This record gives sequence, C-alpha cells and structure tokens, in this order.
Amino acid sequence: MPFIPHTETDLREMLDAVGVSDIEDLFDEIPDSLRIDKLSGVPDGLNEQEVTRLMIERAEQDGRPLCFMGAGAYDHHVPAAVWEITTRGEFYSAYTPYQAEASQGTLQLIYEYQTMMAGLTGLDVSNASMYDGASGLAEAVLMAIRGNRKSKSGRVLVPTTVHPYYRKTTRSIVHNQGIELIELPYCTEGGNTIPESLSKYEGQDIAAVVIQQPNFFGILEEVDQLTDWAHNNGALVIGIANPVAMALLKPPGEWGEQGADIACGEGQPLGVPMMAGGPYFGYMCCKQALVRQMPGRIVGRTVDRDGREGFTLTLQAREQHIRRSKATSNICTNQGLLVTAATIHMSLLGAEGLRRVATACHANTQKLVAALTANGCVEPVFNRPYFHETPLRFSLPLEGVMRSLHAHNILPGYNLSADYPELADTLLVCATETRTDADIALYADHLNRVIDAQTAAGCPVEPKMA
Amino acid sequence: MSNIPVELKYARTHEWARMNDDGSVTVGISDSAQDQLGDMVFVEVPEVGQTVDAGEACAVVESVKAASDVYSPVAGEIVEVNDGLADSPETVNQDAYGGGWLFRMKPGSAGDLDAMMNSEAYAGFLEAEDH
Repeated sequence: MPFIPHTETDLREMLDAVGVSDIEDLFDEIPDSLRIDKLSGVPDGLNEQEVTRLMIERAEQDGRPLCFMGAGAYDHHVPAAVWEITTRGEFYSAYTPYQAEASQGTLQLIYEYQTMMAGLTGLDVSNASMYDGASGLAEAVLMAIRGNRKSKSGRVLVPTTVHPYYRKTTRSIVHNQGIELIELPYCTEGGNTIPESLSKYEGQDIAAVVIQQPNFFGILEEVDQLTDWAHNNGALVIGIANPVAMALLKPPGEWGEQGADIACGEGQPLGVPMMAGGPYFGYMCCKQALVRQMPGRIVGRTVDRDGREGFTLTLQAREQHIRRSKATSNICTNQGLLVTAATIHMSLLGAEGLRRVATACHANTQKLVAALTANGCVEPVFNRPYFHETPLRFSLPLEGVMRSLHAHNILPGYNLSADYPELADTLLVCATETRTDADIALYADHLNRVIDAQTAAGCPVEPKMA
Repeated sequence: MSNIPVELKYARTHEWARMNDDGSVTVGISDSAQDQLGDMVFVEVPEVGQTVDAGEACAVVESVKAASDVYSPVAGEIVEVNDGLADSPETVNQDAYGGGWLFRMKPGSAGDLDAMMNSEAYAGFLEAEDH
C-alpha cells in the first residue's frame, strides 16, 4: 500500500466536504485551558542537511573500538546478503501486520523463523518473537506461572548467574503481580549455579526455575541436574539460551529427562548488528502443552477452502486485542524487521555454518584467555568450561587498565564489579569469530604494556633538588 | 430461535444451571452462547476442589474468534469437571446442555439459583439483547 501525501488541493476538497474552513475548526471542542501553544522545551525543527550533519556527529561519538565485550550482545559477522534482502521493499517494514493474512510473504517468513527457532531450541513451538531477551524472560516467567496450574505460590527460582539486566527487567515487570523471584547463589570456584543450593527448596511449592546457558559469566551450567530437580519438584523450567551456543551445546528441549518447558533469549546474535544496544528481538519457544499460554503472535500454516496452502495468525483469541486485560500479554508490535534478518541469516548460514561460527567463537575465546593470562597478572576466575566469554581477574586496579585500553580504542570487556560487587577488578572478556589473531595480539600487547607501566619500580635515584 | 430447555436456569452472562437430585449444580453455556462464539477449539475447566464466589470467572471457553470467561452462577465448591472437553471441545457446540456441560459444583446456598432467570425470562432477555 503506497503512501500518498495530500496536496493543498486535496486538503481543501476534504475540508469543503466536511464543511469547515480551517483544519483547526475540527479541534474546537478542546477547551482553551487544555491547549498548548508551543512546546517550550522542544527546539525548532531542523532541515535534512542539518539533521544529517547532527546524526553523523553523534554516530562518530561512539567510535569503532576493537570489541572484546559480550555480556548479552555479540559482535558477529553478518553476511552482506542478509541486509541486502532484508531491506527489500517487500520486507522492509518494522511493523507487525495485523491485517496479517494480506501479507502471505511476511507470514511465510515468520513461519520459517518459528520453524528454525523450534528446531534450534529442540522444542515444539515458537512464537513470532518478543521485544528482547530481557522482557522475553519476564514473559516466560508470567507464562510459567499461568501454565503451572498445580503451583499456587508464585515463587520462581532465578540464579544470580542470569544476566543482571534480565533479572532487573523481570523484577520490574512481575513484582506487582504477586510473583516472588528468589535468587540462587553461584559457586565461587566454578561460576555456575550450585545444584545443591536447590535442596533447601525441596518439597516447597516452586512454580518455575530459570536456567541460563551459557550463563552470564559464559560458564556452562549443570542443565540436566537443575532441570530434573525442577521437574521432580513440580516446577517448570525456563531455559535462557544463546542461539549461537545452541549450535554446539545441548538445546533446552534436551535438558534433563523431560527437556525444558520454555526457552527464551536474545536473538541479536543471529544477523542483527550491535547497534549500540538495539533494536533487538527476543525469541520464545515452548512445549506443545503450553502453547495456549504463549504470548505474542503465532503464525500457522493451513489450507483455504480450495485446498491451497496459506499462512495465518493463529491462537489469536489469547491476545490483547481480543482478550484485553486477561490476555497472555500486552505485546503487540515489535521489531519484526530483525526477525526477517535473523531468518535470512540462519538460512544463509544453515546448521553447519552456525556450528562453525560457534566453534570459531569458542576457539578464539580460548586464545584470548591464553594471551591475556600469559603475563601472570591476569587469571581466570572460574574453573568450569565456558563458551565464548569468561571472567578474568586483574591483580592491579581495573579502572586504570580500562582507561588506558580505551585510549587505544580497545573495548577490553565488561566490568563485573557493578553487578557483582564481590568480583572486584574482574572483566568479562569475549572473542567472537570476528576477532582475528592479530586483534588478540593487539589487546595482549597493549595490556602487557599497561601492566609494565603500572607495575614498574619507581626510579631509584632521589631528586637532588627538593 | 435457539434452544432453551425449560427445566434449567439461566444467567445474564449466558450460563445455564441444573439442580441435580443430590443437591449439586451442573453448569454449562447456553445454546445461544455457543452459537455466538462459533467453533470451540479449547475449554479450560476449573480445578476440582476450587471454591468460587457467585459471579466469579472460573472457566474459559475459547473459539476461533474469542476466548470467553464463564462465570459461576452460584457460590460453592467444584466437585467435578468435564475432562472429555479437552479432546472434544466441539461437544459444547453440538450438545450445549448435555455432553457440553463444563463443571458440577456443591452450592453454598441453594437460594442463589432462585435469583437466576427461567427459560421464558432468558428468551426475553435474548430478544432484548438482539435489538
């Protein structure tokens, strides 16, 4: 449907047809006391040239540092074809069509996306995506509470190894709904959630247990043990899994004896550039038994009355435009364009390509850790296996090190002390497939120089003049 | 004109109630309601043992076009639910007053049923709604 702007003649004709002389007359019901003359805090409009200049200046403020940071968003290579196809006119709309069946191509793409995500997570159904990983977790918690009819407590176990932003976002969304999020500690040696720490909740009414794999530290959790404990204790399992990691690791649908019930997470690693934090998209998948509790849109495949295959939005009676306050969620539109990109990205890479990306990430992170710990002033914090990122502890003040590395245009990692005060001078470092040996050598080289400079003995010669 | 059995009582929210010999009350949705909702795809029944207030939403009937709450016409305790609807929700469309029953309950006080409409009043109610 093309956008056709109105000309002055069009406007005149419409106003004449309605019977008013000025468009302002249509607003004459609004009392003067409620009218705003001018928005004093908003500056005047800029023209295209001025805006372009402003945007270029703003973009350059970010710089293009060499990125060794993960912590939820990852610098992966996106093949040129992905955005070439995504920005085609037929796809290029961020909007979620609600006159959906008119857009069979869009629906087919979403259906393919759902199929891929269900396959990747090892579960039965996927929805058409959420806003991002963090709000996806909040929705998964709400869904688990609704879906676990035997549980009345509204208590959910959430390890502290789950991404801090995800925990904060989930708390914001659920805390007024009578849901209690109980944090589980992590093992200071292994960096994983201690399975034994669950035993104090044995026999209690727990609605769900959240497990992130790999966890925020990049460390691998004991997913089978945790999943089986949850199911034996009548709780549902929500698995937050990095989609690239699932090309190598056991996906949530295969955890424990019965598999996780709901999988959710951040879809950014699949063909979405980092873009200073967004927009991204969240994915959500579940077992067939829970499909009616799943929020968001779901695309289904069916036949019309002539027997021809077609795609449609399905299970819509649960959505907010029909069910209103009792809907599974109030999500409506989201950044569907990124789902398009992700689907094309996954199609181009295929299962084998995704596996190679994951393998390269793992190999590069190991190289990075080896290079950075060679100087003896930096050591890994945890002793368990990790995937594509891990915390490193610095024996000298981190702030000075980071400042120096930033000056050399290197983003060395994510400082964990803000979210985990017990992990002072600790950096979460990450190397994806895009970091070359030269990049790693550059980081190590600069780091070593910084360490030498900071640990050099002072000059032994005393000044002669005071 | 929809089917409105004379021996049943009806709520303004289109539930029907049958007083059984043992004092329990069986509840479902009326023929008019199932017709309006269309083809049923899913029925969510309450839990046995659940206590409900009069007018409290305790079940959901979901059709292709809407998911509608079902309100308990009286206060009481759920003693039996129609599990068969999990596999055959279309029974609600085909036999709204018989096999399409939703749940059976022990009422707190029998008086609440008296406040419901009889078949004639319900027929009039439906006619008035149409205008």
